[in-house]
Amino acid sequence: MVTGSQKGIRSVLFWAGLAAAVAYCLGPFVWQFITSLKPAAELTMLPPVLPTRPVLENYQSVFAARPFLRIILNSLVVASGTTFFSLAIGSLAAFALARLPLRGRHIFLAFVLSVSMFPPIATVSPLYIVIRFLGLRDTLTALVITYTTFSLPLTIWILTNFFREVPREIYLAALLDGCTPFQIFYKIFLPLAAPGLSATAILVFIFSWNEFLFALTFTSTAASRTIPVAIALFPGVHEVPWGEIAAASVVVTVPVVVLVFVFQRRIVEGLTMGAMKG
Amino acid sequence: MNHRGARSGYLFVLPAAAVLAFVTIYPLCHVFWLSLHRRLLIFDIHRFVALDNYRFLLTDDRFLRSLWNTVYFTATSVTLELAIGLGLALLLNRTFRYRGAVRAAILIPWAIPTVVSARMWEWMYNTDFGILNHLLGVKVNWLGSPFWAMNAAVFMDVWKTTPFVALLLTAGLQVIPRELYQAASIDGAGPWLVFRRITLPLLRPMILVVLLFRTIDAFRVFDAVYVLTGGGPANTTETLSVYAYKVLFQTLQFGYGSTISIVVFACVAAISVFYVRLFRRS
Repeated sequence: MVTGSQKGIRSVLFWAGLAAAVAYCLGPFVWQFITSLKPAAELTMLPPVLPTRPVLENYQSVFAARPFLRIILNSLVVASGTTFFSLAIGSLAAFALARLPLRGRHIFLAFVLSVSMFPPIATVSPLYIVIRFLGLRDTLTALVITYTTFSLPLTIWILTNFFREVPREIYLAALLDGCTPFQIFYKIFLPLAAPGLSATAILVFIFSWNEFLFALTFTSTAASRTIPVAIALFPGVHEVPWGEIAAASVVVTVPVVVLVFVFQRRIVEGLTMGAMKG
Repeated sequence: MNHRGARSGYLFVLPAAAVLAFVTIYPLCHVFWLSLHRRLLIFDIHRFVALDNYRFLLTDDRFLRSLWNTVYFTATSVTLELAIGLGLALLLNRTFRYRGAVRAAILIPWAIPTVVSARMWEWMYNTDFGILNHLLGVKVNWLGSPFWAMNAAVFMDVWKTTPFVALLLTAGLQVIPRELYQAASIDGAGPWLVFRRITLPLLRPMILVVLLFRTIDAFRVFDAVYVLTGGGPANTTETLSVYAYKVLFQTLQFGYGSTISIVVFACVAAISVFYVRLFRRS
């Protein structure tokens, strides 16, 4: 039997565990935020842990001295472009795989799954040669093309599962009413799978917002650089500008944090959908 | 009618199939072709050398070292992630107030760009002004010592990917029927017994899924190591992907670099086949 005091101890332990978990997950980010508010002199001093006088100079110099806005814009364009194309191409394929009479659908789904396990390093050299040959080096187009393909497996996988949940009768009824497969897809299935679409969209957006290897390889100037590359190559004249790096990190992380808090349910849904049914 | 459905079906799948083939099948063939060559981009050297590059792998200490590093990184980080992730999942698998907010907070490390988290940890690892040494009251040169540098990369990766593990395992826990737990508690089974006899066996499929994804992801690690340590000190943290990248794009040896890439591909393929077999058995 569980007594009252045992219950109390358990609940204290539970909340303590939860608090430790949250502190562990958020701690590094909080420290980065504190660092970003420190004046230059206090960066090389510890203690004090907190800045004696929080300043915004790190943020100012990030935006003043570097093409930082341009880089954020690049990342936005690449991530939205990828999300759009990946969903457009992927949802069409997923609809066909879920509802249309296709032979070899299992083989195709297995192929899609195996593509998602592809190590990017194994394809980066030939793709680099192709991109160079097509004159797409240092363009955002090159990134959108690459990211779209690498996010397609996840998109197809999740959306096929969502489309399968739409009852087959709806498909058959629409067919009898004389709708073409494309009309059924566009007018009926797409709206019904809206939650799945948004879950996928968020995952693809975050993936493209964060990708580094291809962005590092295909871009060479600020005109097409994305956020991860800019942060990795943050220039320092004499020493590493930790305050500015911290400020830049906070600026680019805040949108992601907002996305996570607003859409956490969808993200979890998408992640588990993507992983299960294998 | 059915026939028309099939035709549009193939038509709908075609764009996806074409794009996937262009960025996977074609490059894989090309990278294998490159791996049979000695190709230096700057000097315009392009010569067929058959399997010479593969033979060279066996005598290349730096390659063998990076292979070992990758195996070490994968084994330690995946083990830790699974252990911590399981603990977190057991915590999250209850109903409590603010559950959504806590779940969102735990998702943050997963959502932050790897590059950003690498730089965050680089700063926390700083020997003189890092918060980590300050809190621990020590003066460890985390990224400068060969022993700590590799483990520092592991710790960062564990922080970054445990949320993913925890969420998937939580989803796995939630499909375990509640009646089983009720029956066990009527029979007077203690929590440890319940965990071992009910939770763990029923969670097994999900654990395998998590292991599959995480092992593959850890084995091809690039961003975390490349930004945090750059493979240093003295190549002691260099993983296969980092080594391949340096050979490809810093020394521009496209032949030998592609050979290392093929090795990464072969290992990842072997890992997935191994897990798929495990699935079939259970």
